[in-house]
Amino acid sequence: MPDSQKTLADLSEIVVAKVLTVLGDGPISERLREMGFTPNTTVYFERQAPFGGPIIVSLRNYQLSLRPSEARLIIIEGLSGA
Amino acid sequence: MRDYLVPEPENTLNYALVGSPNSGKTTLFNALTGMRTKTGNYPGVTVDRRAGNLKVGNTNVQITDLPGSYSLEAISEEEHVTTRYLRGELGDDNLDGIVFVADSTSLSRSLPFLLNILNLNIPTILVCTMIDECKARGGDIDFFKLKAELGIPVVGVVGNQGLGVTDLKQFFLEPQNWRTSSVPAFESTEQRFEWADKIVEKVLRHPISESNLTRQIDRVLLHPVLGILVFIVFISVFFQSIFTWAAPAMDLFSVWVSRLASYCSNTLPPGFLTDLLCDGIIQGVGAVLVFVPQIAILFTLIFFFEASGYMARAAFVIDRLMGWAGLEGRCFISLLSSYACAVPGIMATRAIPSPRDRLATILVAPLTTCSARLPVYAVLISAFVPDTALWGPFTVQGFTLMGLYLLGGFSAIIFAAIFKRGLLRGASLPFFLELPPYRFPSFKTITVQVMSRLKVFVRDAGSVILAGSIVLWLLLNFPQQQPDSNLSDLQNKQQQIEESYAADLGRSLEPIFSPLGFDWKINIGLIGSFAARELMISTMAQVYAVSEGGDGFNSFASVISKEDENGVKPISFASAMSLLVFFVYALLCLSTVAVVKRETNGWRWPIFMLSYMFVLAWVASFITYRLALA
Repeated sequence: MPDSQKTLADLSEIVVAKVLTVLGDGPISERLREMGFTPNTTVYFERQAPFGGPIIVSLRNYQLSLRPSEARLIIIEGLSGA
Repeated sequence: MRDYLVPEPENTLNYALVGSPNSGKTTLFNALTGMRTKTGNYPGVTVDRRAGNLKVGNTNVQITDLPGSYSLEAISEEEHVTTRYLRGELGDDNLDGIVFVADSTSLSRSLPFLLNILNLNIPTILVCTMIDECKARGGDIDFFKLKAELGIPVVGVVGNQGLGVTDLKQFFLEPQNWRTSSVPAFESTEQRFEWADKIVEKVLRHPISESNLTRQIDRVLLHPVLGILVFIVFISVFFQSIFTWAAPAMDLFSVWVSRLASYCSNTLPPGFLTDLLCDGIIQGVGAVLVFVPQIAILFTLIFFFEASGYMARAAFVIDRLMGWAGLEGRCFISLLSSYACAVPGIMATRAIPSPRDRLATILVAPLTTCSARLPVYAVLISAFVPDTALWGPFTVQGFTLMGLYLLGGFSAIIFAAIFKRGLLRGASLPFFLELPPYRFPSFKTITVQVMSRLKVFVRDAGSVILAGSIVLWLLLNFPQQQPDSNLSDLQNKQQQIEESYAADLGRSLEPIFSPLGFDWKINIGLIGSFAARELMISTMAQVYAVSEGGDGFNSFASVISKEDENGVKPISFASAMSLLVFFVYALLCLSTVAVVKRETNGWRWPIFMLSYMFVLAWVASFITYRLALA
C-alpha cells in the first residue's frame, strides 16, 4: 500500500471523501461493504470520540460509528472542492 | 374422534419479517398482530424470533419477527437466527412469503439485502417504513416506479401510527401474486450496491436531507465535556426523583396496605389463617408492592433512553473505556439494558459478534443494578442514610443511591477487563454500530412497555413473593411454642420466632455471614432473596415487624431504624452498609442463573458466575463492615 493512500481513519482531516475499496475479504471487510462502503460512495466525517476513540461518519443517508482499526480497512480519496 | 365444536384449523399463511437492524420490523409486527413486543431505537433490540397471529378476513396469518441483519452472511448469534430460519433449519413452518422491511430514509443501503432475499425465490413484498420521517426530511419516493423496478408489491407504512398497515394486510391474502419479474443474481456486494444505487436514482424524486434535530442534539450530547455534564445532571435528577417524586405515591400505598391489614385483623376471627393472611401475606407482599411507583419511574427512564436513539450514542461515547476493558461499545448496550433486568440484558448479548466478548459481557451483566435491587437499596438507604439536603433538591440519599448504581456499573467494566485479560483473552475486536436519528419516543409506546414491566413486577409479587412470604411465615411460626401466660403477647410472639425453624436456619448460616455483620434475621432474608431479590424486603418486613412489635403494616424502613430503650437499632449502621454492598455484588437471582445456562449451553458458566460473585460480595461486604465499624 503506497504511503499516499488515505484510509477512513484519516477522514477527520479530509472531511469529505469517496470510497475506493475495502481491504480484505474476511467477514468484517465483507460486512463493511454490506453496510454500504462500496466504490464511489461519498462519506462525510461527523466527529471523533476523545482519546482516539471511534469516529462517526455518514454515508448513504445514515450515520455509522466505527473504531479506527476498522476505519483503516477502508481506502478513500479526498474529494476536492467539497 | 373429531371434535365438532372446534372448527378444523384453516390453512395458515406464514410470513417472516426480514430487514436491516432498526428498520422498524418489531414496530410493524406489533402493529400487525396487536402484540406488545419490546421495541427501541437502536440496532439489535430483537435478538430472537417471535411469532404472532392475525386474521385477514377469514384467513389465518402467522407473522414471524426476526432479528435484523445486513445480509445473509451472519456474523453474530442473533443474525444466525435469521439466516437459519430463512434456510428452513429452524424448520417448523413452511414460509409462504417474506415481508422485507426497509427504512425509507436509507433505501440505498437496504435494497442490496433485498436483492439477496429476492434471489431466494420466495414471494417477497417490500414495506418501506417511517415514510413520515422520510417526508419530513424532504424525501420523495416514487413508490409506483419502485414497484415497477423491483417487480414486487411495495407498501409505505408508519408503523407506530398504524398507517398503511391495512393496505399491507390485504396483500397477505395472495402471496402467489407478489412476484411478477425476475431480478439479477450478482456475485459481489459491490454489484448489488450498484444495482441498488441505479434504482434509488430513478425512484427518488427528491433526496432526503439529514436530520437537523439529530445534528443539533448531538452537538450537545456528543460534546466531550458538555455531553458528560448533561448526562450526569440528568441521572442525578433521576435518582433524586426516586426518593422525592415516588414518596407521596408510596406513602399513599402504605396507608392502603396498612388499612387492609388492620381491617383484616379486626374483622376476621383470630386464628391460624388470619395470622397467615395479616402477618404473612399482607405484610410480605405489601412490602414489595409499595415499590411500584419507583419501579415505574426507573423503567420510564430506561425505555425513554432506548426509544430516543441515545443508546447507540452511549455506546460510541463509552467505547474507548470499553476498549480498555477489551470489550466493544455494543457490550455497553447490553450492560445498560441490564439496569432494567439482567435477563433481557444477557439476551441482548446475542448481538455481540465475538463469542469471547459476549461471554465476558454475560459474566458481568448481573453486576449492574437491576430493578429488583431498587427496593432493597431504597429501604436501607431511607432507614440509615440521613435525608440531609446537599444542594437544592439533591440529598445525600439520592447521591448514595446513585453511588450504588455507579458502583455496580464500574465493577462490571472492571471485572470484564479482568476476564478479558485472563480467562477470555483474545484480540481486540471490531466495533461498528449504526447511529439512528433521534426520534421522540411515542407516549403510547413508552406507556405500553412500562405497563408490561410493571405487570411482571406485580405478577411476581403475586406469585414468587406470595409463595415465599407464606413459606417464611410457616417457618417463623413452627414449631409452635406454648404461649407463656406470664409474658405479654408481644413477648410471646418474639419467643415464637426465636425458637422457630426459620431462626434455626438463619443461625446455621451465621458462621458464613456473621463476619459481615449479618445476624440470623438477615440470613433468613438472604435465603429468601435467592428466589427473588425483592423477597429480602418481604422477609425482613415479616421478621422485624413481629420482633419489634409492629401492629399491622408498618413502614419497614421506620421499623428497622427505630431505636429501642437502649438506643440500639435492630440493624446496625455497619450491618446495613455491609448488606447494601452484598446486594451490589451477589448473584441473587434464579432467573439469571437459568438464562445464563441457556445462553452458554451448560452449567459451567452459571456455576462460575455464582461462585465469583459470591466471593466478591463476601469480601466487599467484609471490608465495608470493618470500615463502617471503625
